Amino acid sequence: MKVDITVNGEPTSADVEPRTLLAHYLRDTVGLKATNIGCDTTSCGACTVLVDGESVKSCTVLAVQVDEQSVQTMEDLGIEHKVTAAFRQEHGLQCGFCTPGMVMAAVSLIEENPDLTEKDVREGLEGNICRCTGYHNIVRAVLVAAGKDPDAAQAAGADDKTVAPGFSAGEGAK
Amino acid sequence: MIPVGFDYERPQTVDAAIALLAEHGDGATVLAGGHSLLPVMKLRLAAPEIVIDIGRLAELNYIRVDGDEVAIGAATRYRDLVISDVLAAECALLPAVARTVGDPQVRHRGTLGGAIAHADPAGDLPAAVLALDGTVVLRSPRGERKVPITEFYTGVFSSVKEPDELVVEIRVPRTGATGWAYEKFTRRSNDWAIVAVAVATMPDGATHLGLVNMGGTPLRASATEAALAEGKSIEEAAALAAEGTEPPTDSHGTPEYRNHLVTVLAKRALKTASA
Amino acid sequence: MSILGTRVVRTEDPVFLTRGATYTDDLTDERLTGALHLTLVRSPIAHATITSIDVDAAKDAPGVVAVFTGADCDLAPMLGFPAAHKAMLRPFLAVDRVRYVGEAVAAVLTEEAYQGEDAAELVDVDYEPLDVVVDMKEALKDEVLLFPEAGTNLVSGMHLNKEGRPEDFFADCEVVVSKEIVNQRVAAAPLETRAATAFWGEDGRCTLFLSTQNAQAARDEVAGWMGIEPSQLHVILPDVGGGFGAKIGADPEFALVGWLSKKVGRPVRWNESRSENMTGMVQGRGQVQTITIGGDRDGTVKAYSLEVVADAGAYPRLGVALPMFTRMMAPGTYDIPKVWSTASVVATNTTSTAAYRGAGRPEATQAIERAMDLFADAIDMDPAELRKRNVVRPEKFPFTTKGGAEYDTGEYAKAIDLALKAADYDGLRAEQKRRREAGDPLQLGIGVSSYVEITGGGAFVENATVQVHEDGTVTVLTGTSPHGQGHATAWAMLASEQLGIDVDKITVKHGDTDLIPKGAGTMGSRSLQTGGIAVHHAAIDLVELAKQRAADVLEANVEDLVVADGSVQVKGTGAAVSLAELAGREELKAFHEWDAKKPTFPFGAHVALVEVDVESGKATVERIWAVDDAGPILNPLIFDGQRHGGIAQGIAQAMLEEVMWDEEGQPLTGTFADYGIPSAAELPSFDLVTMETPTTINTLGYKGIGEAGTIGSCPAVHNAVIDAVSHLGVEHIDMPLTPMRVWAAISEAAK
Repeated sequence: MKVDITVNGEPTSADVEPRTLLAHYLRDTVGLKATNIGCDTTSCGACTVLVDGESVKSCTVLAVQVDEQSVQTMEDLGIEHKVTAAFRQEHGLQCGFCTPGMVMAAVSLIEENPDLTEKDVREGLEGNICRCTGYHNIVRAVLVAAGKDPDAAQAAGADDKTVAPGFSAGEGAK
Repeated sequence: MIPVGFDYERPQTVDAAIALLAEHGDGATVLAGGHSLLPVMKLRLAAPEIVIDIGRLAELNYIRVDGDEVAIGAATRYRDLVISDVLAAECALLPAVARTVGDPQVRHRGTLGGAIAHADPAGDLPAAVLALDGTVVLRSPRGERKVPITEFYTGVFSSVKEPDELVVEIRVPRTGATGWAYEKFTRRSNDWAIVAVAVATMPDGATHLGLVNMGGTPLRASATEAALAEGKSIEEAAALAAEGTEPPTDSHGTPEYRNHLVTVLAKRALKTASA
Repeated sequence: MSILGTRVVRTEDPVFLTRGATYTDDLTDERLTGALHLTLVRSPIAHATITSIDVDAAKDAPGVVAVFTGADCDLAPMLGFPAAHKAMLRPFLAVDRVRYVGEAVAAVLTEEAYQGEDAAELVDVDYEPLDVVVDMKEALKDEVLLFPEAGTNLVSGMHLNKEGRPEDFFADCEVVVSKEIVNQRVAAAPLETRAATAFWGEDGRCTLFLSTQNAQAARDEVAGWMGIEPSQLHVILPDVGGGFGAKIGADPEFALVGWLSKKVGRPVRWNESRSENMTGMVQGRGQVQTITIGGDRDGTVKAYSLEVVADAGAYPRLGVALPMFTRMMAPGTYDIPKVWSTASVVATNTTSTAAYRGAGRPEATQAIERAMDLFADAIDMDPAELRKRNVVRPEKFPFTTKGGAEYDTGEYAKAIDLALKAADYDGLRAEQKRRREAGDPLQLGIGVSSYVEITGGGAFVENATVQVHEDGTVTVLTGTSPHGQGHATAWAMLASEQLGIDVDKITVKHGDTDLIPKGAGTMGSRSLQTGGIAVHHAAIDLVELAKQRAADVLEANVEDLVVADGSVQVKGTGAAVSLAELAGREELKAFHEWDAKKPTFPFGAHVALVEVDVESGKATVERIWAVDDAGPILNPLIFDGQRHGGIAQGIAQAMLEEVMWDEEGQPLTGTFADYGIPSAAELPSFDLVTMETPTTINTLGYKGIGEAGTIGSCPAVHNAVIDAVSHLGVEHIDMPLTPMRVWAAISEAAK
């Protein structure tokens, strides 16, 4: 099937099998290798990209599903972007494998909620696994990118006994 | 991992989608967000011959008040439930439950209709709609029918939906902004619920409880509801939450543990909902 | 001002954050044009004889170039660990028997990757199931044998203490406590799975791109398996997406990829899926331990015994060796007069074991730290107080332990005190008391760990080359093998310190066996104290060389020369010649091989605060305060990053992670949906306390920091959860501390 997908602002087009995953389309058809694949079960988030501005896991989206839509990957950001710059400054990456997905998840998270707390960041990144950093510096990087003071936010988070959600909802109306 | 090859159609109208379903029968699978379907296709646990993509059908993407009910198009995404002003005012349980499904990326793709049709007893939204006494609207070449969700599920991943029927709409009563709670118990934030309890206060004042992962289908805590109707205390009523359930066994919980957990969660949810 | 000890952001990051790192599967090297894709057919049965394999249908599938089975493969079966039973051989493709779910049975080569999975499904293998043994203690009974020709499942007797424990070992103790505890199997699960890509050049050499932690060892191992000289194999490591010990050395698949490439005369690529990785990649831990501790009611620990059964999995690998570290580090930070230990390593129908962050030492620490809490509970003493009374005193260093280790330097009581102070330990205890008295459903638990570990113990020798180029840039060649540890930045800092050249002009190269024929890679927290020190000395050697050459150019005495800002200067005059200019006249390069001769012993103390919902059993880590002393800190950014990651992995083992099989040997944690790696939402931020006690083993006083966080955090969290419910009568719960386990322990204690 022929697809036309705008990738990082550039039109791309190819004849693909319907089963072609968007992640493979980006990596193998378009040749953008930043986006990684870390699992088979939509669990790790390494393949996160934006579709029409929203984060999705590109290993669980078919290329044909985003025909005539717009995809953005980390390659489009550049090192001056507030998120990539903050990841570097706060040492929010080690081996780098989760990084492209983590960065794009963060871009989407900040877009949807500019007023982030530490808890918001932790819960907002629940779909992205990093095995190296323990998330400490990733959380700091996202707070910095969102214009927050990471020291203050983490101190506030430390006092919040619900940082790691046990009962994840219970937000009943008062 | 890669799915087995298949044909793909993205019809432009609901009628076209239904025609395709009728044409291909059992070999067809409907794709909306794909976040339940594509993982099992990648693991090759499912191998449909044709995938019919309804995820971008604008006519199935809406949230609107319709008389005493809120009508929600089947292709409405979790994310749209979460940020809906209509639901926040008219049926606040649903966005609260939708917020706990998966992770942000999943919520950007997954749809309410997909969750209802998938009939996963560990799913969050089926139990919530069950607590709300919602209605599933199905359409086929034979026309449209409305099935109360209490009669919709027949077993694990199965429902009364015929192969040529498409879930087009979910209807829930206007229960308002208050009187609800959702207690979801997971090991990790984005895991499936080990057990969860949804509480809704109905327009007639009755309290309903929908249970997640306590049997082959979403269940209601009927004994608890009856006890509450009789004026029993929350503690007394919640202690009955496991009655009539048949919880599964897996590495996260034995039936014994789930039977205990559901009483704890029911108690907490009821207290939150009545606060 | 010295650059050492300062916060330098990583030089590798601009690429990682723009076009992304280049992992093996990302390679677009033109020599790989036309590469075939390897898909391995893997056994779905844990233990079976293979009665037939039919590959005809697969061979006819679209895009299939070749299908190979064990019968086609002439690579000699390999012994995965030298000291293992010689009959426990592993074929590269199973021949007549499979011994775990995931064992490779057939190899399918296709033009396109997608075609491989389709064709692999068509390989028809008939299995005749055999009895399965998953449980280590069952396996020791030798009722089900993995290798009948061996006659036993005991992989090695190398750790058996043949003298036996003296009968009067605990005779002088007022109180003796004993418990069997499990240190469960866990998966390293680096985000990049295993990958290998091979092609053969016209010169008859094989080039192999690998995802591993040490190129040179992988070269030697793979060459041995392929039956070729190491000189005929060129191993190149692209960027490596995490390893955590599981990528030490080579995996059999790597040799298979090289062999297949030769066989079909085309390049071959292999990149496993996560599902393959969760059974195919080596796993860590997996011990059943019997701990017995004795002492007096005044808090004097007098005797400690540790009996270990360790799981090798189906085919012995590095895991066979690791109980050595568990036994060596058994006494932990404590000065215990009598210590006795023994270990057996046994084969089971499961994935092979090898190193995972800490590799044998976390198991020792978990055992002694649980033992200390059990003993404290038995004599009703505060667990922090008990620890402080028994740790090795600072004046006793260097201290030779009853485990046989020579601890270099340490201030164990001070580390405990720093952690307690940071945590406001007394305040936490007061809040805990309040909640207990109130019968709050949310109880607090406070856990303390004191730890010491051995780093650099795997390989003491490492080399470095430092070269200044005529454009003023610098190349550093290292035998270490970073895969997230930031050596490109850290080694540049060490070179920059001597040369006065900015780190941005210094390129660190690693992981290419033609360029760097010798090297021991990155593992066991060895890199800085071996490879880093080698860079330091190579840079000093280069400075001396430059001075000698400059003395001629500047017509000055060598003693009057200094190197600063990238040039050799005559003290007190303006005369100078740049290193770049010297390099233009003649190659300016120095090689240094550093032999540390001994390991170092980082140490620390962690305090964990957990909240346990006693109604549901759910435990949540709220805070962790960590003192991790690994000597002077080269770059606090990288140093703390290693601690963060380590702490997270320790918490993860305590709370969430366990590789599980059912009784038939079917994996229950075969995907990331089932295996409990934490996300950011399950973890708190970490409170780090700095302490720097240099080692005497190397010039700069550095110890290793890679594994410390894991070793310290896991027992602290484990102890904290049990502490939270100890007033309800709970003495012990095995990891991971799942809600159901905690609830079951509370329920059991209430009976």
